[in-house]
Amino acid sequence: MSPVYIARVKEVAARSIGGEMMIMSARDSMLFSLNETATAIWQAADGATPLAEIVQRSVCARFEVDAATALRDAEELVEGLAQHGILKVSNLPIEETP
Amino acid sequence: MSALIQEMSDKAQRLGIPLGVQFDLTYRCNERCVHCYLDHDDRDEMTTAEIKDLLEQMAEAGVFFLTFSGGEIMMRRDFFAIVEHARRLSFCVKLKTNAVMIHRSEADRIQALALDSVQISVYSHRAEVHDTITRLPGSLKRTIEAVRLLVERGVKVVFANVLMRDNFADYSGVQALAAEVGAEFTIDPTITPKIDGNRSILGLNIDRAQLQQVLRDPSLLGASPEEFCALPDGPPAPQDAQLMLPCSASHTFCYVSPYGDVCPCVQFPLLAGNVRTTRFLDIWHHSPQMKEVRSITLSDLPVCSSCAHGGGTCSRCPGLAYMEGDMRGPSHQDCEKTFVRTGVAPTGWRVRCEAHPVDETGADPQPPPAQDPGPIASSPPVNGC
Repeated sequence: MSPVYIARVKEVAARSIGGEMMIMSARDSMLFSLNETATAIWQAADGATPLAEIVQRSVCARFEVDAATALRDAEELVEGLAQHGILKVSNLPIEETP
Repeated sequence: MSALIQEMSDKAQRLGIPLGVQFDLTYRCNERCVHCYLDHDDRDEMTTAEIKDLLEQMAEAGVFFLTFSGGEIMMRRDFFAIVEHARRLSFCVKLKTNAVMIHRSEADRIQALALDSVQISVYSHRAEVHDTITRLPGSLKRTIEAVRLLVERGVKVVFANVLMRDNFADYSGVQALAAEVGAEFTIDPTITPKIDGNRSILGLNIDRAQLQQVLRDPSLLGASPEEFCALPDGPPAPQDAQLMLPCSASHTFCYVSPYGDVCPCVQFPLLAGNVRTTRFLDIWHHSPQMKEVRSITLSDLPVCSSCAHGGGTCSRCPGLAYMEGDMRGPSHQDCEKTFVRTGVAPTGWRVRCEAHPVDETGADPQPPPAQDPGPIASSPPVNGC
């Protein structure tokens, strides 16, 4: 199975408010709130680190959850965020655009 | 307001986070609008470096919604450098501009910035009226050309139609123009005193009959006209009044001038500090002025807490009250609007009218009887109001 890479979309507004990441999509001004786990994944989404590694480092190491469950949840999360245009997902590393 | 934005705002308030800031980048302007509350001289505006540093402080403080306004923001040669820096810091950015300096290349750059919206002042759909207000010949033509460029690029444009006696007849025309070009439309029927307290421009305000027409116009009332025009249900219980806050100024919102002055709001020019000498977050948390405004609840307002509208049908602006002389007092302009909207005279208006029989706003200085809805209730109700 090929690795999944994720990168934050620059065209969003984002701020951590009391530990909760608030993200507004530039596409439709829709506001999203990410919980602590989702925030950890969002912050680690650099386009270069495979999702499985992000989950291992940022989720499993910090929260009591088994790797398989965490990865399955993370894949669902990133798919949802990608559909709303606030995260890019690819099977290849995602280069940062200037 | 969406439930999530309300939730975010409540959380910011609990945690003492300045969620929103209006930042005027300059008071300089290429128009000379007759109703403008600013003076347009450059009195040592902040430099690009100072502004970038301030933006970084604001991001660290938790500011999410950032509005750049002026003056005309594009009079600053570093305008794009500033907004690009703000977007790199992930603010949700809104611009307020007259748009006359936006051409194809500027529209391209604005599109690339992925902003929340661009609010553009349009006073009339007729050039002779708009240009007379802006005192810049050709300004309407240039503004609308810019609007079209932005809308073509998918930028959300909002018309801001400030109403005065001289352009009152044209608001439907501006509304139609907004629909034609694909912009949203907002209307503001309040001319406020100048930022230095000078009240000479208040005579430009529309009169009560005109205000009544606007506040009862079904095309402007939105989805809940019954709520907008609801009758008051009496003053709130004292225990409730202790929890009711006048507005977001100093709670989750503040204003920064081109010179670094920080105030609770652009309409509330109570100087709380200057970012050139004190860090933004220190002013926000520790300035006596911010703390004082933050401490005021409805129960601290001697007139408004006993008013029938105190329970929520009032649209009192504490900044306007401050500019009328008492931040704990009523705002006469808002009392007027509340009366016209609901047909029930607010206590504050009666008190003010008795104290000041000559009214420079142009409103009828005679207060109506306490529960007399006056001419409004005798008019046909609009959408059940």
